[in-house]
Amino acid sequence: MIDPVLSLRDARLALDANAGRVEILHGIDLDIRAGETVGLTGPSGSGKSSLLMIMGGLERATGGTVMALGHDLTELGEDALARFRLKHMGVVFQSFHLIPTMTALENVATPLELAGAADAFDRAEAELTAVGLSHRLDHYPSQLSGGEQQRVALARAAAPRPAILLADEPTGNLDGPTGEAIMDMLFGLRDRHGATLVLVTHAPELAARCDRQIRLRDGRLDTLSEAAE
Amino acid sequence: MSAAWRIARRELRGGLRGFYIFLICLALGVAAIAAVGSVRAGIEAGLAREGAAILGGDAQAEFTYRFATEEERSWLESVAEEVSETVDFRSMAVAGNERGLTQVRGVDDLYPLYGEVVLDPPMDIASALERRALPGGVMQPVLAARLGLRVGDTFTLGTQQFELRALLEREPDSAGAGFGLGPRTLVTLEGLQGSGLITAGTLYDTQYRLRLPAGTDLEALENAAETRFAESGLRWQDSRNGAPGIARFVDRLGAFLVLVGLSGLAVGGLGVSAAVRSYLEGKLDTIATLKTLGATGRVIFTVYFIQVGILSLIGVGLGLLLGALLPLALGPVIEAQLPVPAVFTLYPGPLVEAAIYGLLTAAIFVIWPLARAQDIRAAGLFRDIAGGGMSLPRWPFLLVIAALSAVLIALAVLFSGAWALSLGAAGGIIAALAILAIMAGLVRISARRLARSRAVRGRPALRLALGAVGGPGGETASVILSLGLGLTVLATVGQIEMNTRNAISQDLPEVAPAYFFLDIQNDQLPDFLEIAHAQDGVGRIDTAPMLRGIVTRINGQTARDVAGDHWILRGDRGVTYAASQPESAELTQGTWWPDDYTGPPLVSFAAQEGAELGLSLGDKLTVNVLGRDIEVEIANFRVVEFGNMGINFVMILNEAALAGAPHTHIATLYAEEAAEGPLLRTLSRAFPNVTAIGVRDAITRVSEALAGLAAATSYGAAATLVTGFVVLIGAAAAGTRRRVFEAAVLKTVGATRGRILASFALRSAILGAMAGLVAILGGALAGWAVMTLVIEADYSFQAISALTIVSGGAVASLLAGLAFAWAPLAARPARVLRSRD
Repeated sequence: MIDPVLSLRDARLALDANAGRVEILHGIDLDIRAGETVGLTGPSGSGKSSLLMIMGGLERATGGTVMALGHDLTELGEDALARFRLKHMGVVFQSFHLIPTMTALENVATPLELAGAADAFDRAEAELTAVGLSHRLDHYPSQLSGGEQQRVALARAAAPRPAILLADEPTGNLDGPTGEAIMDMLFGLRDRHGATLVLVTHAPELAARCDRQIRLRDGRLDTLSEAAE
Repeated sequence: MSAAWRIARRELRGGLRGFYIFLICLALGVAAIAAVGSVRAGIEAGLAREGAAILGGDAQAEFTYRFATEEERSWLESVAEEVSETVDFRSMAVAGNERGLTQVRGVDDLYPLYGEVVLDPPMDIASALERRALPGGVMQPVLAARLGLRVGDTFTLGTQQFELRALLEREPDSAGAGFGLGPRTLVTLEGLQGSGLITAGTLYDTQYRLRLPAGTDLEALENAAETRFAESGLRWQDSRNGAPGIARFVDRLGAFLVLVGLSGLAVGGLGVSAAVRSYLEGKLDTIATLKTLGATGRVIFTVYFIQVGILSLIGVGLGLLLGALLPLALGPVIEAQLPVPAVFTLYPGPLVEAAIYGLLTAAIFVIWPLARAQDIRAAGLFRDIAGGGMSLPRWPFLLVIAALSAVLIALAVLFSGAWALSLGAAGGIIAALAILAIMAGLVRISARRLARSRAVRGRPALRLALGAVGGPGGETASVILSLGLGLTVLATVGQIEMNTRNAISQDLPEVAPAYFFLDIQNDQLPDFLEIAHAQDGVGRIDTAPMLRGIVTRINGQTARDVAGDHWILRGDRGVTYAASQPESAELTQGTWWPDDYTGPPLVSFAAQEGAELGLSLGDKLTVNVLGRDIEVEIANFRVVEFGNMGINFVMILNEAALAGAPHTHIATLYAEEAAEGPLLRTLSRAFPNVTAIGVRDAITRVSEALAGLAAATSYGAAATLVTGFVVLIGAAAAGTRRRVFEAAVLKTVGATRGRILASFALRSAILGAMAGLVAILGGALAGWAVMTLVIEADYSFQAISALTIVSGGAVASLLAGLAFAWAPLAARPARVLRSRD
């Protein structure tokens, strides 16, 4: 078997809330292979997004190990995690999360610049052209529609050619047709660059486009569901 | 209204959280103005209460160069219960080889009519001054120390020996005497008889202090005195205004400090405005929801106007409390620093004034953001509104803002009584705000351009910083405006202070004489010059005949009616005569008289002062010299540089007009510093009646007085800067949410904390430096205006002061930015970003 790009062993997440400590993920064991597309589904509050966050090192697992491309993310410091994402990961969020004080082009160029790419802006422009926004390069996020903002976010995530793309309900804030277009682009990007894609979604039809679907319930993998794959 | 009120009340249940900056900004500004006003009222009350003691009597008639005539004396005695006679002049006190300049007052048995002379050891003034083997005298401790005298030792004034009986701790009428260059010595008039110091032509003043019957109408008495003795050089003062110089000074300084306070309030206003804007940004959802539910723009405006109004009242109330209590608490400390009595209590006047300023400022600065809030569309709920920029509210609101600003300025003019200064300051603040707003716009545009330029590509921290400075929303405008205005006030004060100091301490000594010698008698002059020239290290010596005269009439009309309250007309001025045109005299109009001219008296008048008085060639002035009226015609105008500290006279008459009058000579002597000590000893031993004034000492005294002024002004400016810093912290705090989000996104796309911090630091430093740059421009402009137009001195740009301000601005902004950088750096991206999903 090919080494998995993402490998979670007994991964746990507990967060302190006002009402006390809340166990969010209970011992997740999961391997994701290179180039695979995985759909994470489950009811609200089942822990899908949290699982995605610990895969991206955006949240630190409180137990177990989270191996990504051979690195244990639970062992890495905040800055090492940032550098790891810079080299290997792109993340897309439901609310786009563009920096409001930067234009579309600058938003996309930022990770490339951080990586020290000399041609950051040219590549950013090419990336935006690829998602159909060559006419919106100098627009600020507040001047873009929701669908356009998400396309910028996609371009930003894909620009550094990451090995792993993580997408957290990328169509959750968009209408049906726009959402569909975004998904086409996301899968198109993945196909072009051959990245591993982990997609959190509520929509069964989107999950169905993935190689594999993993269902969560109450912070645990729904074994029945995975077995059925 | 009632619906708006109910909604407003519900919204206020959240308490004052988020409004601390609002409250601090308003309270600080109001407190500064209330405190300054209270101190001013306290001094004015003190002056009024002790007017008679400060003046030395209920009223005083003063003459220069002479005692009262029989007629004058008998009139004074006819209106008063008691008349006390004193004489006042500068002289040298000598003890052994030591000598020091002193302001001598010779008094009669009745002195002091009011108040008490405090001596060390304690004794009454009559027994301290009485004649035993020698007449007695008392002097201020500083002079006794300089002369090495102890109680019981002897000292000499002119040719008379006195016994030092006590040290003079306090004289009741010192504040009314004005600015003296030497410490005080008190002796009796009778004791001075043998000193040879009070002779015709020497420079002295006499005062006749009156104890008046209770209920005397001071105004009627003044009018009577003026009609009777208007042309005789009698100067009248009474206890309604015992220390006019000090009262005027306190009034001016108070007005100036209130204006500095107002600029602080303007800075605070920016903070108030930013706080309201930030509060309303947090309320976007509420407003949009209310609109969805049918609330009109007017209801929205009223809801938040009520909230902000209540908060403004709280802020102004806090400010008044602080401003009223501070002078009370610090009363003893302040009083110890003042040369005049002060009564510290609660004065409603200044508090009302400060409250009005505070409420008007709050209204002016909150209407803008409130007016924009009512324009928020319900659709705002569904789109991320990033800041929203600085778009203009609708015109009726702009009109209200303009009207309120006009009212504020009008009140400042009314309250301060200094309309030119008030309008200048208001214009300055408005211009500074406008320039700062334009500058903020330019900074944003340039930052945006620069962020997109190829030059910064590959430097993500810098580009991020520039992007944040130039991007929409953000804190660029509020930081540049608040910090910029605070720094501009500080820069202005810095430029003025350094220029004034330089004018005194750097420019003058290079050209200034070492000593002024006064009261050189006609027959002493040849010997004086011979002995002085024989000394080592002595350079040029200039001399001139010296008389004093009062300009009483201009072309036959009372001078003050014609030319107003000009300083030339306020008292007696030095007058001299010359046959031929002095080498240094540069004529601007007219011609000099022939050397042997003996016709009707002519005068050469100072050109600038002449223009200020509205004089032209051929005008006739009546000058009272030694009680005698001389009518002179203006033959020419001449450039007079008072700044060079040489011999300068406003009026030079032809020789024949004055040569016959008793007079003395004045001399300026230029010498190397090392030669000054021996020179003084030799000359004052040879001419005991001659008074020497060391220019270096005089400059030190003036510099000390100015340093005190500069300190008072600096405190005022510091209050403005503190407010500016609070506003800055407010802006940084308001930007925290935005920065937390930015940091989370940047971490997600791979930025390390070091890079994020560098970017935050850079943007703060850029903003601070820009605010500092604007402050330098504004400070230089305002400094130039004040120096050349108000103080009428040279202006030169003070680079060190300016650099300090820019770096101070950058550091202040950096510190405020870094203080709020921890939260963004520490936050886990997942939690920040998910909470916004």
